[in-house]
Amino acid sequence: MPSLKDLRNRIASVKATQKITKAMQMVAAAKLRRAQTAAEAARPYAERMAVVLGNLASGIIVGPETPRLLAGTGSDRVHLLIVCTAERGLCGAFNSSIARLARDHANRLLAEGKTVKIICVGKKGYDILRRQFAEQIIEFIDLRSVRQIGFEQGDMIAQKVLARFEAGEFDVATLFYSRFRSVIAQIPTAQQIIPAQIEAAGTASDAVYDYEPDEGEILTTLLPRNLTVQIFRALLENAASEQGARMSAMDNATRNAGEMIKKQTMTYNRSRQAMITKELIEIISGAEAL
Amino acid sequence: MATFTFELVSPERVLFSGAVDAVVLPATEGDMTVLAGHAPTMTTLKTGFLVVTSNPGNGRRVLVRGGFADINQNGLTVLAERALPEEELTQEVLDKEILQAEMIWDSTDDPAAKHAAESAIAQLREAKAALNY
Repeated sequence: MPSLKDLRNRIASVKATQKITKAMQMVAAAKLRRAQTAAEAARPYAERMAVVLGNLASGIIVGPETPRLLAGTGSDRVHLLIVCTAERGLCGAFNSSIARLARDHANRLLAEGKTVKIICVGKKGYDILRRQFAEQIIEFIDLRSVRQIGFEQGDMIAQKVLARFEAGEFDVATLFYSRFRSVIAQIPTAQQIIPAQIEAAGTASDAVYDYEPDEGEILTTLLPRNLTVQIFRALLENAASEQGARMSAMDNATRNAGEMIKKQTMTYNRSRQAMITKELIEIISGAEAL
Repeated sequence: MATFTFELVSPERVLFSGAVDAVVLPATEGDMTVLAGHAPTMTTLKTGFLVVTSNPGNGRRVLVRGGFADINQNGLTVLAERALPEEELTQEVLDKEILQAEMIWDSTDDPAAKHAAESAIAQLREAKAALNY
């Protein structure tokens, strides 16, 4: 049976924790709003890019001249997984669910006898995957010093990936991130980015396009840019998801702390009353004995 | 004058969306003016000023760096890798852009890329001069 003082201390410490989780929740809510606006502002560009690329690609017959970013290298032996996670924890299952998706994917590929290489963006995913895939991880990109994700970060990662692709280090690249649906729903997603997956243009215009310079050249400049845009978008979606996940995780934590305080206070009051009753009985029975 | 829909989108935000009279594009193979009813065209852009005219004699300049333009029957869509409206252009911003272009020039050995970076630097210097810095 804990003493009254123990109980008092315990209640005080839970209250302090509750204050922290509440503050974190509010910070996450403020950050979420910013991240969400950024993610939404980036959507038009990515969507237009997909439409333009779809228009362009639907008119091209895959042949030996087709850029390899679109047609692939012709094999799928070496797979590159780009795993984007957060830099910080305390955001529920956010990091682990992305890592789990990547791990399952990697295990499946390894079972098929393929070679797997991993690039980690974000410290948490690196920490989780390092245990099992220490040999497969070829690079770890740290974005901790970045406060607001800009196009430059997306570009930087895309350049690294492109350089490796050009050097023939892998055949297929898949991007892992968490798609932001709402504050309570973040969907871990795997998206193949090399070779580019292009939705066929639904209502492709029949009008004959003029290309300046020619189609092939536009396509070769467009494809790397598309890669950058996809990565940039993934980073933004991830940032919004992270804050959303943290917000709901901290909301839960605050609520749990409240429940715990209620329970502890009840025990505290009960044992206090028991103590008083016991003392009274002692006094009364002492007086009666006289 | 007939108008058409023009959209200027950069990766971070939509900068302009609405009906305009004419747009001058800094296309890779020479500047071109787009008016309503232009033939469907797709072109890449170099560094330079894009001029939007929504009422005659009143142009709005935007510095774009790289990207491409898509002209179809629905209007003109410009996807710029980087876009800075005239109001946001200051000497520091331009100097930073020039420095970046110079770094690209230094880091590449590919003649085509080198040439592109060179013309970008020239364009930025010109912009700087045009804005009287």
